[in-house]
Amino acid sequence: MSGTFVGMPAFPTAARAALGDTQLRRNLAHATHTIRDKRARVVAEVEDWEELRIAGAAVKEAALRDLATHLETLEASLVRAGATVHWARDAEEACAIVASVTRAHGADEVVKVKSMATQEIGLNEALEAEGIAAWETDLAELIVQLGEDLPSHILVPAIHRNRAEIREIFRRRMGAVGRPAPEALTDEPAVLAGAAREHLREKFLRARVAVSGANFAVADTGTLVVVESEGNGRMCLTLPEVLISVVGIEKVVATWDELDPLLRLLPRSSTGERMNPYTSTWSGLTPGDGPQEVHVVLLDNGRTRALADEVGRQALRCIRCSACLNVCPVYERVGGHAYGSVYPGPIGAILNPLLNGVSDEQTASLPYASSLCGACFEVCPVRIDIPSVLVDQRAAVIDSHRGDRVPKQEALAMKAAAWTFADARRLRWAERASGLAGRVLGRFSRTTLPGGRTAAGRLPGPAAGWTGARDLPAPPRESFRQWWDRTDGGRDGGRQGDGS
Amino acid sequence: MKVALQVTCVNDAMFPDTGKAVVRLLRRLGVDVDFPAAQTCCGQPMVNTGYLDEAVPVVRAFVDAFAGYDAIVTPSGSCAGSARHQHAIVAERSGDPALAKAVEQTAPRTYELTEFLVDVLGVTDVGAYFPHRVTYHPTCHSLRMLGVGDRPRQLLEQVRGIQLVDLPMATECCGFGGTFALKNADTSVAMGADKARHVRDTGAEVLVAGDNSCLMHIGGMLSRQRAGVRVMHLAEVLAATEASEGDSDGPAVDARAESFEGDAR
Ligand code: SF4
Repeated sequence: MSGTFVGMPAFPTAARAALGDTQLRRNLAHATHTIRDKRARVVAEVEDWEELRIAGAAVKEAALRDLATHLETLEASLVRAGATVHWARDAEEACAIVASVTRAHGADEVVKVKSMATQEIGLNEALEAEGIAAWETDLAELIVQLGEDLPSHILVPAIHRNRAEIREIFRRRMGAVGRPAPEALTDEPAVLAGAAREHLREKFLRARVAVSGANFAVADTGTLVVVESEGNGRMCLTLPEVLISVVGIEKVVATWDELDPLLRLLPRSSTGERMNPYTSTWSGLTPGDGPQEVHVVLLDNGRTRALADEVGRQALRCIRCSACLNVCPVYERVGGHAYGSVYPGPIGAILNPLLNGVSDEQTASLPYASSLCGACFEVCPVRIDIPSVLVDQRAAVIDSHRGDRVPKQEALAMKAAAWTFADARRLRWAERASGLAGRVLGRFSRTTLPGGRTAAGRLPGPAAGWTGARDLPAPPRESFRQWWDRTDGGRDGGRQGDGS
Repeated sequence: MKVALQVTCVNDAMFPDTGKAVVRLLRRLGVDVDFPAAQTCCGQPMVNTGYLDEAVPVVRAFVDAFAGYDAIVTPSGSCAGSARHQHAIVAERSGDPALAKAVEQTAPRTYELTEFLVDVLGVTDVGAYFPHRVTYHPTCHSLRMLGVGDRPRQLLEQVRGIQLVDLPMATECCGFGGTFALKNADTSVAMGADKARHVRDTGAEVLVAGDNSCLMHIGGMLSRQRAGVRVMHLAEVLAATEASEGDSDGPAVDARAESFEGDAR
């Protein structure tokens, strides 16, 4: 399946392993808090931030509403401007198009500007299978590629690495694929960036084909927009003879005006910068200037599936800023790899099931990889209500199992609970039973909780997931409703605090 | 004004003292609160786990139990959020327009306790006395789903004798998350460990919040660490007075008696 890491276990298992990686925990906590704080500072400077968010959401929503029309306009504008437009239904088609254009030029390598769409379709691996080397030129992406690692963040794919690890990767791996790291390589950020620059320059100057994605595509002018902060993107977009851009169909907006709120929202939300350093725009080709052959691959790969989902379609508004990752308490602790996809964190937890469906166990575990705390919704610049979509995708998971011949233990428990809660008389019986259980548990308990109640001790079955790490009070002898009945709501029958 | 207490299923079965505290508090403020016996649960455990069909009869029980009340007060940000935001989704799923209509009646009338106190009754000084060092954790649903803002703080600041200390990283989730605490127990515990650390850093004796389920999680961890910090629902702090502290009925004393009683049998 595209966009997901092959053979990854379901989230809880992958998370358990990640939680034990102390270096990862430390790196992530540091990095996410740094970006989080920076974002909060620069967002607070904008007085009308909330209006801007609403405008951003509206612009994307409008584009999605008339997606087909905008895409046809985009295609016509691109063709008029001298570009070749390809349509790709899925990852396989998209990769084949990129490979065939590259081969048509007799090239055996491409330089790449960081792009989520090409990550999603597994382009590098597909090209490698065709004997074409794909060089990542974004610093963090280079670290991941040299380390034969997987990306763990949308914006900072090597966020799980610290500078000592990066130095080690550069020292060991750069030489095998090009200019080696200098002898005197230290772990100073500027020195590491310098080594990457030297290493990459050679590739920029040599490559004849470049591959990019696009942050936005303007339909009426056929303009693609790439937002980056290292300048490597601009090198890729201007130096080679041939440029191939893989663009998800949800990236289209009608006119330049729509870019206004989006380009103001994106840098503050993603890197915590007031303005983006390198924003490149190009419309087809310009004779005698830049690439003289321009291809645009418009990619579906599950997007029309997501679009058809009434609640989930808002996920297609995502502008990949990664603010939701940086504030997510789950992501902060387990990192990106546990999500098993190039789209990790809260957005990944909804986007993967929306694009791919929930039929495999790994994807089906993602909507549950959240405590529903809502921090993601609060920061999302295009107001994607991620918690609501998570809950809706959970329902999709459960609904996909409704026909199962052997229902899960959880499903039976939920049915039993629903039956009990459907009628207060049944609940009263259940509470009597729990009060009895409380007495039994209390008798065997060796633990007094702070404040004085007795603990229930270690419980078996699914409850062991609770009591393994947390004490649990034994149920009280008398439930609230029993107390209410006995004392007429506390109006008679002694002290109100007395439940025994 | 006809006011109903929605005690919540967790408080009903596990933390009856919180329900009693709400009753005591509201009566002290002149509200004749009723406990409709037909109530059960808000349906959130089903909805948040993805069992929408199963939630339908539960939401039906909710709207039936609370029909005709002007205000439904609940000592839980999470359950209030469920009634206000999720019941409509469940009603739509049921395909029953009558249920949708009933939800339209109950949803906007459901108040989290501090909303009811501050917005409806217009009080922040509820006449409470609680001479302890306290820190307050704003639970995610009250903070972000309901937007109760600083209402709990306004109420706590008026409590006599209280020593209120700020909780570092207060707005971070504690890691409870309903069935998340079981399905992703490891991650939940990792989050809870950090919350517990921040609580301990305050030197508070009592951690207060507006949701007993989050407190059950954080308190369960603090207890396992033998941290010497107890957790308490905000309602119980607000219900406490000089009289309740004075008749040597403080929770610790009460509990000590209870545990002796337990041993004796
Ligand atoms: S979902 Fe929102 S916050 Fe997350 S990456 Fe997309 S735009 Fe950014």
